[in-house]
Amino acid sequence: MSAVMSEKWVEIGKLDEIPRLGSRVVRTATDEIAIFRAADDSVFALSNRCPHKQGPLSEGILHGHRVTCPLHNWVIELENGEAVAPDVGCARSYPVRLEGETIMLAI
Amino acid sequence: MKERLVLIGNGMAGVRTLEELLKLEPNKYDITVFGSEPHPNYNRILLSPVLAGEKQFDEIVLNRREWYQQHDIALHSGSPVVEINRVQRKVVAANGVEAGYDRLLLATGSSPFIIPVPGASLEGVISFRDIHDVEQMLAASRQYKRAVVIGGGLLGLEAANGLIKQGMDVSVVHLMDTLMERQLDAAAGAMLKRSLEENGMHFLMGAQTEAILGDKRVEAVRFADGSVVDADLVVMAVGIRPNIELARQAGLYCERGVVVNDTMQTYDPRIYALGECVQHRDTCYGLVAPLFEQAKVCANHLAELGYGRYEGSVTSTKLKVTGIDLFSAGDFHGDEQTEEIVFQDQAGGTYKKLVIKDNRISGAVLYGNTVDGAWYFQLMREGTDISDMRESLLFGEAAHLGSSGHGGQSKASAMGDEAQVCDCNGVCKGDIVKAITSEGLFTVDEVKAHTKAGASCGSCVGLVEQILANTLGGDYSAPEAKPLCACTDFTHDQVRSTIREYELTDKQGVFDKMDWRTPDGCHVCRPAINYYLISAWPGKAQDDAQSRFVNERVHGNIQKDGTFSVIPRILGGKTTPDELRAIADAADKFNVGEVNLTGGQRINMLGVKKEDLPAMWAFLTERGLVSGHAYGKALRTVKTCVGSTWCRFGTQDSTGLGIQLEEMTWASWMPHKFKMAVSGCPRNCAEATIKDFGVVCVDSGYELHIGGNGGVKVRATDVLCRVTTEEEVMEHCAAFIQLYREEARYLERTAPWIERIGLSYIKKRILEDVDGRKALYTRFLESQDVAQHDPWTVRAKGAEAHEFTPIKQIGE
Ligand SMILES: Cc1cc2nc3c(=O)[nH]c(=O)nc-3n(C[C@H](O)[C@H](O)[C@H](O)COP(=O)(O)OP(=O)(O)OC[C@H]3O[C@@H](n4cnc5c(N)ncnc54)[C@H](O)[C@@H]3O)c2cc1C
Ligand code: SF4
Ligand code: FES
Repeated sequence: MSAVMSEKWVEIGKLDEIPRLGSRVVRTATDEIAIFRAADDSVFALSNRCPHKQGPLSEGILHGHRVTCPLHNWVIELENGEAVAPDVGCARSYPVRLEGETIMLAI
Repeated sequence: MKERLVLIGNGMAGVRTLEELLKLEPNKYDITVFGSEPHPNYNRILLSPVLAGEKQFDEIVLNRREWYQQHDIALHSGSPVVEINRVQRKVVAANGVEAGYDRLLLATGSSPFIIPVPGASLEGVISFRDIHDVEQMLAASRQYKRAVVIGGGLLGLEAANGLIKQGMDVSVVHLMDTLMERQLDAAAGAMLKRSLEENGMHFLMGAQTEAILGDKRVEAVRFADGSVVDADLVVMAVGIRPNIELARQAGLYCERGVVVNDTMQTYDPRIYALGECVQHRDTCYGLVAPLFEQAKVCANHLAELGYGRYEGSVTSTKLKVTGIDLFSAGDFHGDEQTEEIVFQDQAGGTYKKLVIKDNRISGAVLYGNTVDGAWYFQLMREGTDISDMRESLLFGEAAHLGSSGHGGQSKASAMGDEAQVCDCNGVCKGDIVKAITSEGLFTVDEVKAHTKAGASCGSCVGLVEQILANTLGGDYSAPEAKPLCACTDFTHDQVRSTIREYELTDKQGVFDKMDWRTPDGCHVCRPAINYYLISAWPGKAQDDAQSRFVNERVHGNIQKDGTFSVIPRILGGKTTPDELRAIADAADKFNVGEVNLTGGQRINMLGVKKEDLPAMWAFLTERGLVSGHAYGKALRTVKTCVGSTWCRFGTQDSTGLGIQLEEMTWASWMPHKFKMAVSGCPRNCAEATIKDFGVVCVDSGYELHIGGNGGVKVRATDVLCRVTTEEEVMEHCAAFIQLYREEARYLERTAPWIERIGLSYIKKRILEDVDGRKALYTRFLESQDVAQHDPWTVRAKGAEAHEFTPIKQIGE
């Protein structure tokens, strides 16, 4: 079965509302999405649930393009939500982009 | 064009160096590897289990051919190098293949020593060095019955054990009277011999081989006393000799091995050498742990980073014979200047000997129960002064830290595969052994990463080390100076002293100055560096919220469902009806999931949603309550009893003193959490003797205690001293805390810190050096000037609001 995804881009805020190496969440009806801002000002969006035991990734420490989950220290790639080896698992990732200073998220 | 790097010797040391190099500089060199053996790189130390039939060759391969391809490494296997031409900078292999180099790496290992007796070249006489030897032994075991192993050292015994497992009848011939005499003293050697005899091994001790008899194939061995033993297979395991012929022909300076300096360079600076073929500071090594340390340094220089130095290794040994636990390290024989501490239980099969020189362990032999091997080895390598723990030393780390702590099993080899090793993460012995062999793991850190064993509370790390050692046969724990994290080779202490020396006040300064490998560190180093910065330069260094663990950023403890706990400060555990009403009202108003009393005499409201935190704090601070810092690496609580005000036994006002202590120390950031208590008399109702700093009031004043811990490993405090006035208590307390803040490593509790540096050192700094104590006290108060602001009040007023609200709500 193939699910048809209807993607909708929404404006969620300005870049400077998130501290560098920090994160804030977007709440939707069904999910909580963590928006990350790396040191190089690139932004990423992942479901705010760690693939291990649902820890809130938005509360983790960011480094490079990775975040360390605050509950048991799994390290997750921001680009695709994959856990860094040897751990295995994946957090759902969402398309996100910057238009000037504005952060746009596709849901 | 890239520079060309050629490696001669496709063995453990050489390939490890390439791995380390690729981690540092993946694209610097065009790499070519020559190896005599027709195989990719395999784990030589697991040849013993292959011989014993416990493993297949395929399982011990470390790097498959695909690995070489992936990294664009040209591999010439089955292709020994016969010449190094240093003028033309090229090497020539036996099959005529040539390769030019800009840098050359020699890692040719060593060869078994063959005793030059008549008959040594007969068919059926083999050594034990590579997979080819093992295949020959396995073939012989299928066809023949009687084997003689010459040499009762580590290798000989492992060979003999394997051949018995293959159904052969095995006699071990040893020149000396003690087995493994280079690792064991006579007592332990005798116990080992007895256990091996129980396994069916025969011994001929003090026997000198004179000739090997036979026409084409070996038939018997004759000894100097004229006796003869029949044999269809003879394994020579009497020692190894570094392979230096190639280097010597090329004119490189050699003695017993190829001589190298601390950067692993030979006398020709373009040519590096490491592994069993080298001689470094007069020592040749025959175990992998030192080779891996050499590999790290060598790779560092090949990558032109230029800061690593190899300064020699202290080694320890284990025998990989299933069912036998044996550990040996350092100089275990001793001499006139040493003393010995010995424990021997023949019936129980346990023997322990520690050799002590100048109050430091200089050697150890353990037989039967080796769980503390790693601990002794660490004390030995770090040169820890053991005078403070002499009496309990022999009973091991558990006894030393208090026997009531968590931690069950002590004999790894006696455990079944399904026995649980890590009680936090539910990891069994079998899982660990499997990960070690199938993933090619060598260090405790690697085992932690792959299996999670030992990754939580850490109480099973000793056992994990033991399993690692039993599986691989050696101590692979990282070199003495552990780097802070994978982002750097520098240690905690080096980072901290650099921060002081160069007056660095932000993390970027540290990363730049110390060549961090990652642009912004990782979750291990960032919090540590942040702590070192703010503790070194209070008020001057910027506290970086993004480098703090969530609990300290949000000023509450994160719970497993992502909610937080709120614990107001209750000074000294003494509260009022008004405070209790405020807490009850807050709990009602914010619908908290549960209200708990904590072990530190505080009240814990659980299950608070993050976005409710500021409003709840506003509510509480309005009614006079402030943050209890129950979430931080900081002063937690001062627990008290009611003392002389109420209790008929009380000798002093313990509650009042506790309140004063807490007023002085709240909000001070520390390397780890810090707990205090004050008991009004020696009945000690406040449990002051398991706190980081405890006071037990006595009739004549106050007894001060330090370094206690009630957590995973229970440790009772050491007594620091007795004082007579409250002012002195305050001064000693602050000085002790400040010393801990300035010198302990991040995430090191006071208990292990005191274990590491010794009680005598603390006494010297705090009791003997009175001016020093006063200076510490003053520095503590100065840093408190900056630190003592209630974090709840400012956040309740809107500070850091972004921390607590979603950036956007979409839909409902
Ligand atoms: C059976 C056995 C059990 C062991 N058990 C343990 C243990 O429990 N714990 C422990 O710490 N250590 C153990 N060791 C020792 C450990 O294996 C060695 O210390 C380690 O392998 C040495 O690494 P190396 O790279 O210096 O040499 P090697 O691993 O021997 O590699 C050298 C390689 O270079 C090749 N070579 C030599 N000359 C040339 C040439 N001219 N051209 C091309 N290639 C060449 C050799 O064929 C070999 O493949 C054991 C060794 C054996 C044999
Ligand atoms: S410790 Fe002593 S003074 Fe304090 S409550 Fe117990 S008995 Fe009383
Ligand atoms: S929930 Fe993220 S590491 Fe366990």
